[in-house]
Amino acid sequence: MENSLGPAPSLLEVRGISKSFGAVRALQEVDFTLRAGEIHALLGENGAGKSTLIKVITGVFPRDAGVVRLGDEEVATRSAKAALQAGIATVYQEVNLLPNLSVAQNLFLDRQPMRFGIVREGEMRRRAKALLTEFGLDIDVAAPLGSYSVAIQHVTAIARAVDLSARVLILDEPTASLDRHEVEILFGIMRQLARRGIGIVFVSHFLDQVYEISDRITVLRNGRLVGERETASLPRLELIRMMLGRELAETTGARAAANDHPPREICASFENYGKTGYVAPFNLELRHGEVVGLAGLLGSGRTETARLVFGAERADGGQAKVDGASLRLQSPRDGVRHGFGYCPEERKTDGVVAELTVRENIVLALQAKRGLHRPLSRREQDELARRYVKMLDIRPPDAERPVGLLSGGNQQKVLLARWLATAPRLLVLDEPTRGIDVGAHAEIIRLIRELCDDGLALLVISSELDEIVTYSDRVVVLRDRAHVEELSGEAIDVTNILAAIAADGAAMQEARA
Amino acid sequence: MKGLPPVLITAIVLVAGFVLCALQFPNIASTRVVGNLLTDNAFLGIVATGMTFVIISGGIDLSVGSVIGFTTVFVALAIERWGMPPLVAFVAILALSAAFGAAMGAIIHVFDLPPFIVTLAGMFLARGASFLLSTESVPITAPVYSTVSDFAFRMPGGGRLTAIAIIMLTIVIGGVLLLRLTRFGANVYALGGGRATASLMGVAVGKMTVKIYMLSSLLAGIAGIVFSFYTSAGYSLSAVGVELDSIAAVVIGGTLLTGGQGSVIGTFLGVLIQGMIQTYINFDGTLSSWWTKIATGVLLFAFIALQQGLVALARRPVAKRAGAVS
Repeated sequence: MENSLGPAPSLLEVRGISKSFGAVRALQEVDFTLRAGEIHALLGENGAGKSTLIKVITGVFPRDAGVVRLGDEEVATRSAKAALQAGIATVYQEVNLLPNLSVAQNLFLDRQPMRFGIVREGEMRRRAKALLTEFGLDIDVAAPLGSYSVAIQHVTAIARAVDLSARVLILDEPTASLDRHEVEILFGIMRQLARRGIGIVFVSHFLDQVYEISDRITVLRNGRLVGERETASLPRLELIRMMLGRELAETTGARAAANDHPPREICASFENYGKTGYVAPFNLELRHGEVVGLAGLLGSGRTETARLVFGAERADGGQAKVDGASLRLQSPRDGVRHGFGYCPEERKTDGVVAELTVRENIVLALQAKRGLHRPLSRREQDELARRYVKMLDIRPPDAERPVGLLSGGNQQKVLLARWLATAPRLLVLDEPTRGIDVGAHAEIIRLIRELCDDGLALLVISSELDEIVTYSDRVVVLRDRAHVEELSGEAIDVTNILAAIAADGAAMQEARA
Repeated sequence: MKGLPPVLITAIVLVAGFVLCALQFPNIASTRVVGNLLTDNAFLGIVATGMTFVIISGGIDLSVGSVIGFTTVFVALAIERWGMPPLVAFVAILALSAAFGAAMGAIIHVFDLPPFIVTLAGMFLARGASFLLSTESVPITAPVYSTVSDFAFRMPGGGRLTAIAIIMLTIVIGGVLLLRLTRFGANVYALGGGRATASLMGVAVGKMTVKIYMLSSLLAGIAGIVFSFYTSAGYSLSAVGVELDSIAAVVIGGTLLTGGQGSVIGTFLGVLIQGMIQTYINFDGTLSSWWTKIATGVLLFAFIALQQGLVALARRPVAKRAGAVS
């Protein structure tokens, strides 16, 4: 089924690519064809080989076997630079720009406008400004990139790639950190670029977006090609079956009715808790065996609330109580001592320690909680690692593998395992399913439910409203750094949440519906 | 990226220090003293300029002091014993030191080794090689040396702007321009921001690493020649510890030791601050010259603490700028 090439000219042809890391065969004889002017979604579960394929095409990893042809020429992509020059530009999931350089320098690094060997700073800024305007961004391009939000950094990365006069543009999870409005802008630009004849590879785990934007879909599973289809003629269930290789009985199932349980004990409560200029004071009760969802747009104060609750940020007003007793919550250390756990959104920078092994990452929080005087023996560590690798189905099941080599979904599981090992009473999860594909997505949601049934209190942030509706017993909606509404029981559905978020923005509701 | 606040603070420290010194010893505020300060610290200014590039790129070069030592011995022997014309000797040693730096850069890149270790090895190598050439101080009597030493612009007030001070100022200005205005300079910052990311963005990280260490060693070579003009001799024990003085100047000048931010101007001010402390101690006459080191140490500590504070502050405004997507 993979060789049903249409008549449209193929732009990028990948034939028989194989790649191994030690004993792990990451890619086995994968074919991939990208036509000029199409938007081609590349899908697969965590560890299916999407990232590896992209890195092989762009020359970040050398390939073991196979051919990459761009147009009529074979591309000997040995370095990222060579691939760029050939016309293959990539925007990775995690923003790969330099926070210490100005926005303009980031856009034009290594290709600044020059005169007599000197960078024309003014000209460069003017061009940067003009370029970003196309993307609906009007910012000071002379300021360091690091002073802007992740969304802006991401748009900058895409602008840079687009401007590299690429023939092939690879977008690896470009929408993961964008809100709906930004996604619309990005899709508009993608369509415009496709009309210009640029081939776009779109990697995403948002299936809605895949159906909205892509012309064709290629699915990988366990490093092998499953198939290539026209998007229009591929039913969603069939797609999910291709990705998972197993029947998925209605992605996640229905939410356990909240009213089944008797009123539960309060685990932690926050009264008038807040910080000036960070999050407006809020009241929040977290109960054992209950999932509280935090919904809102990017920058609405969700992460900020989570950080206050965990103690990563100090509140300047209000009171926090655990089991009725008020407590001091000034640092993550205090949070950990009271049995709180926090899985942050930025896995790469705030979460896992990429150089350490799975085992070392898992025992990190537990060891910190016990203190240096009571080290965990190697046997205990191995035992813990083995248990959680099995329980959370971390793949590959090798506890001695550096976490940096795992896929995003598996890194998330390691992070989860780290906190579970400390037997917390309250776990805060910030976008636990970000950058994770369907299968792992369902798995993480199942885990959230199980943890909850075990009596854990959970505070979960997610941009995916369907997801929040699925597992939350209560949903707190945020807007403009304030808690604006709390929904519970039957009131929890996507429409109500959207209404609360978009109380003053009807466009938002339209876009989602 | 501009790194202005730390540089401003360095400038304020320098001016305030100078005013304080001048209040106590009015003679300090003269072109004579300033001219001498530039001359005495010419070699340090040159080598610290190269060090600035290395540190902004996220590396370190511990070999520069030894390269200066080796250069003085090589130049002295080449001119006095081997009968080379001075100009040929200069070209030879500059080629040699540039190749030395390029080799260190290549090793750092190819074997992915920490610059600290590679340049530490380079430091021992260069120092050892200079002892191999000669263990004794070799005086240089070539006429060009006395010509250069005597050459100076008279400044109003009787100060002398010597040839080696002019060389230093030229190199500092060249360094400022190279770092600020060229693609090479932007790539130096890029490397300091993240090697892997810079590589993904198309910067030829390997070539850049080689060039940066080559530049540092080349400037160390020039500093060595300047040092030989300054002392009219070649001695294998000269410029011991200069690598640390230059790192101190770079850090006092507001360059982040972790890379990614900094400026050559700041480094120049850092050199002047060290020179000023030295001058003050000379004027005082009763203090041991080692007080220079103590004062430098205190300043260094203060500046690192300050940088941490600034870095913490710089992380805050993220929230304010969020949501600028229209």
